[in-house]
Amino acid sequence: MEAVEFTTPKTIDEAVQAMASKGDRARALAGGTDLLVQLRGGRRSADLVVDLKDVPELNEISYNASSGLTIGAATPCYRLYADANVAANYPGLVDSASLIGSIQIQGRASLGGNLCNSAPSADAIPPMIALGSVANVVGPNGSRQIPVEDFCTGPGRNVLEPGEILVSINVPAPPANSGASYLRFIPRNEMDIAVAGVGSAVVLDGSGQNFVSARISLASVAPTPVFCKAAGDSLAGKAVSDEAIEEAARLAMEDAKPITDMRGTIRQRIHLVGVLTRRTLNIAIQRARGEE
Amino acid sequence: MPGLVHVSTTINGNPTDFLCEPRQSLLEVLRDVLGMTGTKEGCNDGNCGACTVMFDGRIVTSCLVLGVEAQGKEITTIEGVASPEGLHPVQQAFLENAALQCGICTPGFIVATKALLDREPDADEGRIRHWLAGNLCRCTGYDKIVRAVLDAEEKMKA
Amino acid sequence: MASNIVLSEVEYNVVGKRHLRPDGVDKVTGRAQYGADVQLTGLLQGKVLRSPHAHARIKSIDTSAAEAYPGVHAVVTAADLSFASLSREQLGGDYQRVKFASNHVLASEKALFKGHPIAAVAAESQHVAEEAVKLIKVEYEVLPPAMTVRQAMEPNASLLHEDLFTSELGELSDKPSNVASHMAFETGDLEQGVQQADVVLEREFETASVHQGYIEPHNSTAFWNTDGQLNIWCSTQGPFVVRTSVADILRHPVSRVKVTPMEIGGGFGGKITAYLEPIAALLSRKSGRPVKVLMSRTEVFEASGPAPGTWMKVKLGVTNEGKITAADIFLAFEAGAFPGSPVMQGAACALACYDVPNARINGYDVVVNKPKTAAYRAPGSPQAAFAVESVIDEICEQMGMDPVEFRLRNASREGVRRVEGPVFRRIGLVECLEAVRNHDHYKAPLEGPNRGRGVAAGFWFNRGFQSAVNISVNPDGTVNLIEGSVDIGGSRASIAQQAAETLGIAYEDVKPTVVDTDSIGYTMVTGGSRTTFATGWAAIEAAEDVKTQMVERAARIWDTPIEDVQYIDGVLSHKSDPELRMTFRELARQLLGTGGGITGASNVDPSGEGNGFGVHIVDVEVDPDTGKTTILRYTAVQDAGKAIHPSYVEGQMQGGVVQGIGWALNEEYFFNDQGQMMNSSFLDYRMPTALDLPMIDTVIVEVANPGHPYGVRGVGEVPIVPPLAAIGSAISHAVGQRIDRLPANPGAVLEAMS
Repeated sequence: MEAVEFTTPKTIDEAVQAMASKGDRARALAGGTDLLVQLRGGRRSADLVVDLKDVPELNEISYNASSGLTIGAATPCYRLYADANVAANYPGLVDSASLIGSIQIQGRASLGGNLCNSAPSADAIPPMIALGSVANVVGPNGSRQIPVEDFCTGPGRNVLEPGEILVSINVPAPPANSGASYLRFIPRNEMDIAVAGVGSAVVLDGSGQNFVSARISLASVAPTPVFCKAAGDSLAGKAVSDEAIEEAARLAMEDAKPITDMRGTIRQRIHLVGVLTRRTLNIAIQRARGEE
Repeated sequence: MPGLVHVSTTINGNPTDFLCEPRQSLLEVLRDVLGMTGTKEGCNDGNCGACTVMFDGRIVTSCLVLGVEAQGKEITTIEGVASPEGLHPVQQAFLENAALQCGICTPGFIVATKALLDREPDADEGRIRHWLAGNLCRCTGYDKIVRAVLDAEEKMKA
Repeated sequence: MASNIVLSEVEYNVVGKRHLRPDGVDKVTGRAQYGADVQLTGLLQGKVLRSPHAHARIKSIDTSAAEAYPGVHAVVTAADLSFASLSREQLGGDYQRVKFASNHVLASEKALFKGHPIAAVAAESQHVAEEAVKLIKVEYEVLPPAMTVRQAMEPNASLLHEDLFTSELGELSDKPSNVASHMAFETGDLEQGVQQADVVLEREFETASVHQGYIEPHNSTAFWNTDGQLNIWCSTQGPFVVRTSVADILRHPVSRVKVTPMEIGGGFGGKITAYLEPIAALLSRKSGRPVKVLMSRTEVFEASGPAPGTWMKVKLGVTNEGKITAADIFLAFEAGAFPGSPVMQGAACALACYDVPNARINGYDVVVNKPKTAAYRAPGSPQAAFAVESVIDEICEQMGMDPVEFRLRNASREGVRRVEGPVFRRIGLVECLEAVRNHDHYKAPLEGPNRGRGVAAGFWFNRGFQSAVNISVNPDGTVNLIEGSVDIGGSRASIAQQAAETLGIAYEDVKPTVVDTDSIGYTMVTGGSRTTFATGWAAIEAAEDVKTQMVERAARIWDTPIEDVQYIDGVLSHKSDPELRMTFRELARQLLGTGGGITGASNVDPSGEGNGFGVHIVDVEVDPDTGKTTILRYTAVQDAGKAIHPSYVEGQMQGGVVQGIGWALNEEYFFNDQGQMMNSSFLDYRMPTALDLPMIDTVIVEVANPGHPYGVRGVGEVPIVPPLAAIGSAISHAVGQRIDRLPANPGAVLEAMS
């Protein structure tokens, strides 16, 4: 690894200042599970590593029944799935937080880091998109809120400007009769990068028999995570049925624009989007009905 | 070139100070700076678990932690698992159950297993396999490792 | 759990028991010293610059900037190898061998695979060495690569070596080629055998390159002293092989090279070749300091020795009674960048499980722009078995015949002649097949959709080769056992057990130590399932030597003829005078005062083979939506001969099975169009994790090997042979399509189903 400097700011202001001092030669460190591998492999380089874990706002989880869940950007995965409020209200997030890497990785890796690393295969991003999450960003020019589906701009690229840091992610409070799920397909049962991943969130009516709304998002099938607006919208107002789910899966497959590489082929990935859309929608429906 | 950073930490209960470059991983610091070579390197990218240590109460792969991040933390390595009185039950169980062949993955497995059993003393086979999925072993096929963990549970209750 | 079948008739005191391994405490506490743990005063760190191209001519190398970089002590290239200053005349018939060996260590004219070493740096720290390596300027002329045997065998294929001529059945051809050799085995009359058959089936197979996947990367530390003494500390299965090849490549006297094998973090055949040792030695000679060179995981994948990818064709003729009458087999194995694939072993193993009267096997060793292949557990046999056993399975399916019954009708047994010549002595294949037929796994019906069961058999030679052991008696009645066999999976225990059994003393009273090449006689690699067999044999002979000397000593003390003294179960006694009796321990205490200590020594080179067979049963379930295979149940049955330490025998079987599962399902070298490996990490080279597997049941069938004092056959190779075919057949039955390519990963199975 190239030589770097290291700093541990204690406040958001200090963090922004540190990041801004080196422009695009500064890199934010949360769990480090992507950053350190990339710095070591020469895929990213930096002069300054800014460890954000000592900034309180980046390291807390708070839940409020009306405003929803706020996840500090550097909060490791294990704290998310160990949190009673998250476990009770956001099973779709728990799905992804508990399958990222190994137990060791989950002790370090954060949802915020997953978002900022902006890999097309990021497991945490589709459920955040499906749940309508918003990224809270602070920089030298103040703060801004960015819907998670608009955050990533390409493989490893995102909307953050030099000096900006992701402080937290807000996930809205779950509406009544709602449920979400994330599944990825990997050849092994752990420790793999998604060949394809799908996050689905649904809101049903009081009877549990009709969709009020739905959001679907994909991993590993395009240069960025994909928000499948048409697929989700196709379900709104429809009765829950295999046909409706099939149509949503078909639309999601249309949004998949994958490549062939060592992890899978175009054909396989598009096929898997269909399979996983069906499966995640069915799990989300069950969860919305309180059946799981 | 940035200079060395002074880090104060606690390793296996002992207050420890060291100097390191910011780019050095905790694994490098343990092995090359402190001479604690019990923690092994298998991949240096977090995918084999051979370098597993306890870091403020959680298992982590020490190749994916910077040495400078150890400031003020509590670290337990394989060197801190046994006591002066003898082996920890997890170590004894690995030995008795022939759960190691070449032994290079063993320190990581033992640190990870101890962390599991400290919080889940009744973990079943499925949970054990899930918890240890981040620790690769190429020699044993995991059968005797899983049996050793189940045996360690019995030993720890006794 | 395993219920082992003991057919060997002798009951032993120490052999066959599950003792704790002597090195166990060090290995569970982190105290065991592996190669990367070596620390020496003034130690420098080395780093290798490697070719980014799979095939390129090296036009120039400029190391000046690296040499000038602060903290750098030495830079070496192929120009520093002895080969660079030796003429073709000086090397004579050795020319091509030394050239290939030298070019493998450091490329000279051409880079032949991505990862091929080009230069190396020794510096104050690993990070400085990495920075310096980047300053070396290499000018390449990139050439088209030949990545598979099919590509490399094309008439107009890109040639790796302009001076490589095919050894065509022993005769050198006159046109340069990527085919290094064509060999053949033939027996009976193939055409006649085909005519006798009622069913003839021919199929074609391919398998991908795979890696041994040991968790410890290669490492080597060298110190070349000013007096010419070269000391090497490394992770190797064969310290004497390293000594020989370092001496050969560096043209240095073998007596001036001392190799100290550190604890080894897995090898499976992949830690025999000296990759880093000559480089570390050159860096040390140039810098005057000890130098440690480590491979990263990526370097391990890209530049150590994977097992070959293959292209195979198998044609079998079978009568309606289920008797094989003919076999015609074509095997083309990737050698990697230099000749030397295990195609010959593959050819010899292909039909070894069966009594086939008429057969022809053609084998081709083909160079391709991939790292030079190395041994991987039963080298060549798993691929060949995948092809042959898959065809047998399909024939059984077509004929409606039970696959175990079919194999029993054709099984090799004592007296059967193998296609390459040797005649089997007492072997245990029939016993293994019967154990499978009687096993509750095989008897239990497999129910449920998308499920399939596969059965396959496998073979390995288990040859002996040279080993040495010294045993010296301590005054407290214990013995020190000095051996040259690196302990890769419990062999200190299995060898100490054989010494203890022979001496009639307790297992705990034997203290085994693995030593360097200056401190013990020549000992071949820990590999090929030979260690417990051959080094165990050496331990037995050294122990017999100790016994002889102890008897002599007792006779001297009692002032009686040697013939009157007997040694039974660790007790020396006079044959007729019951008063004259000493335990081993009592005599040990008196040695120093009665003529000095006693050391027994032996050097052995056992001839013959302890042939081993295994038969595996596997149940799988395939997800029809994704093509993903789950292993539901696995049982491995194997004739291990006498199992000296049953736990470690089971461990070898389980480990081999799981490597085979990885090979069958997900592991492969994935290359891009330019011949660059794209998945050189444990993230994307997908070896099984604990969560991917069930328990692996084992049944050891002990048919004692008549060619070993305790009946040992050897264990480690056989269990990786059957899984590829067993799993391929199981998936075939689950999805209704034959699997003829490995890995059968989810994408491939999905394609097969659609």
